Amino acid sequence: MFFTYLRRELAGRRRQTAIVAAGMALAIALVIIVNAIAAGVKDAQGSVLESVYGVGTDITVAATPATPEEGGAAGGPRFEFGAEDGATADGSTSLSQSRLTAGFGTSTFDAAALETIAGVDNVAAAAGTLSLTNTTFSGEIPDMSQAQGGGPAGGGTPPQGGADGAGGSAFGVDSFTVLGLDPASSAVGPLSAVTLEDGRGLDAEDAGQYVAVLDSTYAASAALAVGDTIAIGGSDFEVVGVVASTSADATTASNVYIPLDVAQTLSGEEGMISSVAVQAASSSDIEQVQADIEAALPDTTVSTQEDLAASVSGSLSTASSLVANLGTWLSVAVLAAAFLIATLFTVSGVTRRTREFGTLKAIGWSNRRIVAQVSGESLVQGLIGGAAGIALGLVGVLIVNLVGPTLTGEAATTTAAGPGGTGGGPGFGMQEAAASATEIVLNAPITPLVIGIAVALAVLGGLLAGAIGGWRAARLRPAEALRSIA
Amino acid sequence: MYELTNISKSYRQGKRTVDALRGVTLSIPKGQLVAIQGPTGGGKSTLLQMLGALDRPSGGTVTLGDKQLASLGDRALARVRATEIGFVFQGFNLIPTLTAQENVETALAPLGVAAAERKRRASEVLASVGLGDRGDHLPAELSGGQQQRVAIARALVKDPEVLLADEPTGALDEGTRDDILDLLEGLWKEKGLTVVLVTHDSAVAKRAERRLYIKGGTVREG
Ligand SMILES: Nc1ncnc2c1ncn2[C@@H]1O[C@H](COP(=O)(O)OP(=O)(O)OP(=O)(O)O)[C@@H](O)[C@H]1O
Ligand SMILES: [Mg+2]
Repeated sequence: MFFTYLRRELAGRRRQTAIVAAGMALAIALVIIVNAIAAGVKDAQGSVLESVYGVGTDITVAATPATPEEGGAAGGPRFEFGAEDGATADGSTSLSQSRLTAGFGTSTFDAAALETIAGVDNVAAAAGTLSLTNTTFSGEIPDMSQAQGGGPAGGGTPPQGGADGAGGSAFGVDSFTVLGLDPASSAVGPLSAVTLEDGRGLDAEDAGQYVAVLDSTYAASAALAVGDTIAIGGSDFEVVGVVASTSADATTASNVYIPLDVAQTLSGEEGMISSVAVQAASSSDIEQVQADIEAALPDTTVSTQEDLAASVSGSLSTASSLVANLGTWLSVAVLAAAFLIATLFTVSGVTRRTREFGTLKAIGWSNRRIVAQVSGESLVQGLIGGAAGIALGLVGVLIVNLVGPTLTGEAATTTAAGPGGTGGGPGFGMQEAAASATEIVLNAPITPLVIGIAVALAVLGGLLAGAIGGWRAARLRPAEALRSIA
Repeated sequence: MYELTNISKSYRQGKRTVDALRGVTLSIPKGQLVAIQGPTGGGKSTLLQMLGALDRPSGGTVTLGDKQLASLGDRALARVRATEIGFVFQGFNLIPTLTAQENVETALAPLGVAAAERKRRASEVLASVGLGDRGDHLPAELSGGQQQRVAIARALVKDPEVLLADEPTGALDEGTRDDILDLLEGLWKEKGLTVVLVTHDSAVAKRAERRLYIKGGTVREG
């Protein structure tokens, strides 16, 4: 009887069933879409961080940046060309100089910190890296003796940015980022998050060798391949491998990877590192490890992946806060509205069916049986809405994934800024490879958990409406059956 | 069958209390066909509620067979209604979304009758009220007289001791009214039911063994 009556009621009152189910479907679809996008954004943040800090990196230790000294020649590398530098032909001098320096805004600290970190309880692995920028300055200066204007003399002084075409000079500054890392440790650190596209990665035997691994995007833009030679800090390196980020469309942490010891020597940063990637023994130890490292190395900034996720900027962070705020509130509001609609319709349905339920009570139906009937109807309405909502939500997520909005994420702590003195005037061809801005196509995943939540909400909504409607029905007097048909 | 002793029933309406029944003492023997008449608001329906275990009196006692209805709990009253009392209403009160057959079956649901048995008994009773071929019609597809027949089948399918009817012909034309009365009278004779019929209609009341008048909450024999 229960199922017959249930079926007949839902089929016989299609409009009510449709409205309640539609409200529920809308709410549940929204919950699914918001959830999926939130998960997608979180994944995207994760892969931005992964490409910069590496897989399995729980904690990153960096020197707390010192406030730049007043009036100091902050940051940018200086190029000083002596009178004898460069080759002169046809009355103009060609100059080229390559510098490998600590990345702009990067502070270095003693590599001894690595030992300290490795000694902290529950540290599974730690790897130090040195973040550098290689800047090549090249240009042509015409014979200054023939120049009429009082431009900068041919030797001694560095070319100031605005060389306002003094006799048609042409300068180019080309820079790329270089990351020195311990070739023996690959479990943790930036290279743990890459896939090898060509050649090989760095290994323990590469220590002290002039070998380099390139990021595939950079390799393509610089037209370099395995076997070629790349000049870093004035020395020639052999390109032994090309790597790409595991997450599609993302670049890796740096343009070029070289052994740490070589990087330290060439940049004059002997025994220095700029960052340490730390892996905790288990995720529950992260807080303790962070606290212990902070205590042991007071001059450093110790960040967990979570802290870093907050530092991811760009449209990714906009999307993240949009989903977190607007998306969540919208889902809650629509869900509340759907629950309210379901409840109101159920209650008004019970009121409309006062005589019906009174009659059933008058012919011997117990309260329990009537409450079960009312709740059963609401529950099924909720479930129909839930099923429709899941279908609608899946379609919505599919559309999001088909459109595939591209988000840009930047991990703020490793901003590899271009070379200093970028106020270049005419004649400066700036070519800068951005290593840390990562473009990620949003992929919103559907997890069983999200579907589970949707089903649970549908059941909850149905039960809520059913409980309130059933409570109303239980309070009806059997004598209502005798009420004259008004 | 029924022993009513000094029953009173009052309803609170805001600050006012309405005395629908005032000290009704009444005995209805088993197998009697009783008609209750009286002016509107006289207390006919209220008395029928007392007889039908739909409500408890404010004072006095009602016994049905050996049960003290006034002192039973809600569940026990529902049980009495499910097993011993058949109800027929002026407005038929069929469930609009259920077919005639299913409407009759609703009376067997609380008795825990198995589905197959329920179907068999329902179609049997439907046939006995002359609607054997209308089992799968919805109430809206039936005439008033046919709907009341379905309602009578629903009241009788449980084989009750008592049949209570509140203006069962009040919504029907004269021809149909007489058909329904014939049917009720036939069932009463055939099954030895105790029947209590509330009616405004003297033509209906004339066919009863006994007539009662209720006015202002008090009963007198007519
Ligand atoms: N639930 C209720 N609440 C308040 N007053 C009620 C209620 N039910 C009945 N009454 C009052 O009790 C009195 C008797 O009502 P009852 O329904 O028994 O009359 P009736 O004889 O059946 O009238 P009718 O012929 O119009 O059906 C009336 O004054 C009515 O207003
Ligand atoms: Mg009445």
